[in-house]
Amino acid sequence: MSATVENHIHDDHDVHHHKETFITKYIFSQDHKMIAKQYLITGVLVMGVIGILMSLMIRMQIAWPEQPNVIFDTLLGKWAPDGVMDADIYLALVTIHGTLMVFFVLTAGLSGTFSNLLIPLQIGARDMASGFLNMVSYWLFFVSCVIMIASFFVEAGPAAAGWTIYPPLSALPLAQGGSGLGMTLWLVSMAIFIASSLLGSLNYIVTVINLRTKGMSMTRLPLTIWAFFVTAVIGVISFPVLLSAALLLIMDRSFGTSFFLSDIFIQGEVLHYQGGSPVLFEHLFWFLGHPEVYIVLLPALGITSEIIATNSRKPIFGYRAMVASILAIAFLSTIVWGHHMFISGMNPFLGSVFTFTTLLIAIPSAVKAFNYITTLWKGNLQMNPAMLFSIGLVSTFITGGLTGIILGDSALDINVHDTYFVVAHFHLVMGISALYGVFAGIYHWFPRMYGRMMNKNLGYLHFWVTAICAYGVFFPMHFIGMAGLPRRYYTNSNFPLFDDTTNTQMVITMFALVGGAVQLVFLYNFISSIFYGKKSEQNPWRSNTLEWTAPVKHMHGNWPGAIPHVYRWSYDYSKPGHEEDFVPQNVPLKEGEEELHH
Amino acid sequence: MTALLTIIIVLFVAVAMWQMVKIFDLSQVGASNNQIADDKDNRVNGYLMLGFLVFIYAITIVSFMYLGDLPLVANSASDHGPEIDNLMVISMVVIFLVQIVTQFLLHYFAFKYKGEKGRKALFYADNNTLEFIWTIIPVIVLAGLIIYGLFTWNDIMGIDEEEDPMVIELYAQQFNWKARYSGDDNVLGKANVRLIDIDKANILGVDENDPNAQDDVIVTELHLPKGRPVLFKMRSQDVLHSAYMPHFRAQMNCVPGMVTQFAFTPTVTTEEMRLNPDIVEKVKNINELRQERKAQIEEAGQDLLYEFDYLLLCNKICGKSHYNMQMKIIVETQEEFDAWMAEQTKFSNSLLK
Repeated sequence: MSATVENHIHDDHDVHHHKETFITKYIFSQDHKMIAKQYLITGVLVMGVIGILMSLMIRMQIAWPEQPNVIFDTLLGKWAPDGVMDADIYLALVTIHGTLMVFFVLTAGLSGTFSNLLIPLQIGARDMASGFLNMVSYWLFFVSCVIMIASFFVEAGPAAAGWTIYPPLSALPLAQGGSGLGMTLWLVSMAIFIASSLLGSLNYIVTVINLRTKGMSMTRLPLTIWAFFVTAVIGVISFPVLLSAALLLIMDRSFGTSFFLSDIFIQGEVLHYQGGSPVLFEHLFWFLGHPEVYIVLLPALGITSEIIATNSRKPIFGYRAMVASILAIAFLSTIVWGHHMFISGMNPFLGSVFTFTTLLIAIPSAVKAFNYITTLWKGNLQMNPAMLFSIGLVSTFITGGLTGIILGDSALDINVHDTYFVVAHFHLVMGISALYGVFAGIYHWFPRMYGRMMNKNLGYLHFWVTAICAYGVFFPMHFIGMAGLPRRYYTNSNFPLFDDTTNTQMVITMFALVGGAVQLVFLYNFISSIFYGKKSEQNPWRSNTLEWTAPVKHMHGNWPGAIPHVYRWSYDYSKPGHEEDFVPQNVPLKEGEEELHH
Repeated sequence: MTALLTIIIVLFVAVAMWQMVKIFDLSQVGASNNQIADDKDNRVNGYLMLGFLVFIYAITIVSFMYLGDLPLVANSASDHGPEIDNLMVISMVVIFLVQIVTQFLLHYFAFKYKGEKGRKALFYADNNTLEFIWTIIPVIVLAGLIIYGLFTWNDIMGIDEEEDPMVIELYAQQFNWKARYSGDDNVLGKANVRLIDIDKANILGVDENDPNAQDDVIVTELHLPKGRPVLFKMRSQDVLHSAYMPHFRAQMNCVPGMVTQFAFTPTVTTEEMRLNPDIVEKVKNINELRQERKAQIEEAGQDLLYEFDYLLLCNKICGKSHYNMQMKIIVETQEEFDAWMAEQTKFSNSLLK
């Protein structure tokens, strides 16, 4: 079967070759490498910059509450009368920052870029199973981005109910300005986003299952592909549930149903809603919401696995355990959503169950962390920027993951739920870690995408300042949370109780501003390297995977001749009996050489 | 106009930074630099890894020293508080041990095995014993934490009706709290938002015909007698709120359309807590900080001097003034409580005819 597909695509490629115009090559492209770049630029760069800018404005408001600020005046316009940020827009910024970073940057941006780029190249396929669906997926994503950003320009402001959009706050325009047209746009944007995500995920799954080259058995797959594959599976399982929740919410908002609403008296009138429950929405939301964390994190871990092995010049330690832990995390991630709802009013017995399943996730996570550390042991570490970001990822993954043991414990969650402790926890474990995964991936595969190298010294500067700022921002936040300061407060100046957190808040904001500014170094490095970077060699990192055997020059179909066959797993680094310290996957076994039984 | 000027300035700053970075970039030329890490890069970054390890330890120590008093650990004011605090301390110790050891290994290995040209890494792909060890150790540690956690959770959430808890309703609306005491019969009168009648000042929608409702008492400041178990029944009239009482280690969401509950026993009166040395120090510190921001605080019309009080906060995003939805809690002796309660107006007498 794989042979027919191969031929088919090969023919296809010949036909396409002559018809490629500017529009089909750069805009409505069906080539996975171009679509990866489109996701990178829209998802990671544009949406990322907007999302980070929002977070800096949030931090500035927290550090200098209700003070006039020329930046607010400029960027927020009518939402910052006399330069003082309005409480409504503060919540809107919090909401859209969360939405953009979680969904647009770290789901679409991360998976969209690297799954698209690497799945066909690393498994030895000419392209995705369906180039057309892939193109549709990107353009749906683009439309959802435009709608989400457009919501900033509506009269009553964008959605402001938090990225979790719990009803009734999100359902009733009477409860909040942002719950009017802004929330409608949010829901429409997310519905389109989910459609895009599902098309992408289905494509990834089909491609990995059907289009692997000869010899690429599942046990020879690079861990990146395992991670992308499992991520896509989780996405297909859980995103439709969010879609249903969004549709039911639209029904409640616009067509008078009562799925999530009951007994509401607001602004002097009793509403007709009867019999629904917001807790139902919480269940539906978190059935996606928690797996979403792993949709964000697993691709980053996959990228890290590949980069740490390559740059350590060592096989990844415990390949089988790594695959098993990815699968275990994926399975467990679908049965832990209730840990977001310990104090939502659901039966305390359910709290016990979810505490149990939640803390179990620590086991495969610990296995992964220890395996990364052991991979470094007795390696010959090449400290490329991608490697630094990968090591940084393991560091923040551990720091952030450990506090999950506290939050996942229902009894402890009572007192730190929805405080800054939670903010610190998830930013470290999924925000910063996944962002490091994105950076590591960009530094590592930039030569593969653009045929040029990024400047390493700027990369070092970028990493070290970012690493220090990430800890500087999020480490002290745990303590503010343990002091009981709730998150999403526009200002705590009405609570003298928390006055002793003010100085810490200011220090955190300083770190955030420096950390935000240093991303400009990355932007410069990225953009200028596309045009002026040093031309890269065919295989600059001396890596084993197949993508480095394909020519750098843009061509549809990836390999000019036949697709390389695979004879070994992707981690034969420093294997005894070989001169070089790497043996690419397409090199046949020597006579008498044993393939490692992993 | 200011906006335009700002944009121009920001643009100039951006251009300046771009140029500076470019100069830095160009100054790298010369050395045969192929942008792949060489031995020097490996060495420098290896040492920086060690430096970063020191940084992580330092920020941990500094945070504990300067922010360690923030958590109010060991100063809970409820019966079950110490249980949560103990579990918290145990969990903290566990995760900090793991944190210190794993971060050390990660960064130390990154330093120790920094690459050198010509050296070959050890081909070491698998070891089932090691995998087994670091699967089983987390299993054991987590089993302990899970069991301890579940016992604590069940203890806190299980409500013992035999203790005869005082029943109080916490009623949330955008953006304030009210409390309804159940009166002498200790039974709350039936209520539903559909019964709200602003004209008669029946703002909580209490059933005027329910005999149990007649002696209910509605207040805007929560008074609790020390040592008496309290069962809170939470209601919300509009959106989700969360009744968060950090000093009592208590929190429960208020959900429109249903009644949620949480029970605890206050153990320290407000007066006693104000005399607690930790709190005295905290309040002193806060007042010094407030002195520095005197003008600002007085402009906002707040009292300059802060005095400790227990608080009920809203901890679920609920709209524009979410950040200012609070209610004072006063814990006092039974006698003081009874005296206060005697002054309050009963529901049946509070209705406007």
